Amino acid sequence: MREILSLALIGIGVFFMLVASIGILRMPDIFLRMSASSKASTLGVTSLLVATALHFGELGVTSRALATVIFMLLTAPVAAHILGRAAYFVNVPLWQRTWVDELRGERDTLYRTASISNQALAPADSYDFRGEGS
Amino acid sequence: MTWLQAVVSTVMLPLLMLAALLVFIRLLRGPSLPDRVLALDLLSTIGIGIIAVYVVVTGESAILDVATVLAIITFVGTIAFATHIERRV
Repeated sequence: MREILSLALIGIGVFFMLVASIGILRMPDIFLRMSASSKASTLGVTSLLVATALHFGELGVTSRALATVIFMLLTAPVAAHILGRAAYFVNVPLWQRTWVDELRGERDTLYRTASISNQALAPADSYDFRGEGS
Repeated sequence: MTWLQAVVSTVMLPLLMLAALLVFIRLLRGPSLPDRVLALDLLSTIGIGIIAVYVVVTGESAILDVATVLAIITFVGTIAFATHIERRV
């Protein structure tokens, strides 16, 4: 019984991992890719680690798996948020059919206000962060 | 080898490898640097999942420590890359 439950959880985890990878490959825009990958991969890795904890049923394995799960649940949204913020501020192009961009026109002032101390460090654009080629 | 280990090692591990391969295509194609950082993040998350499944296959629970350390290093690496992109240093 426990093995069946463990196998089902591993199946769910692998399914969501595949969904995340297909999403990151097929979505047209970095923000949509981020939306597809961060949530699905968090759920997938949570499911896989819970399956591992269930398969062993020991205190040491369960505590380590739960620690990893809690750490992933805490850090994955933070990492996605900071990466999306950085991508927006370096003008990574949005999808052509994006309807709502509420920061349009305020991006530069926001960037300057949010990172005044960063401006002193910023050299001339020496690298193509946007991937548009040169 | 029990049936669970057989199923997991013949079906689930190759599917996770397929997921890693798809993410690797995005890592190679880009087009922008944040795309690649996101692909690296997802790749190491899939690596954590592969470690968890591999622990089930082998029964060697000490490998789970590697998953914890990989999660920590992935988080710090993503934050460092994002700071690098935003500050352009």
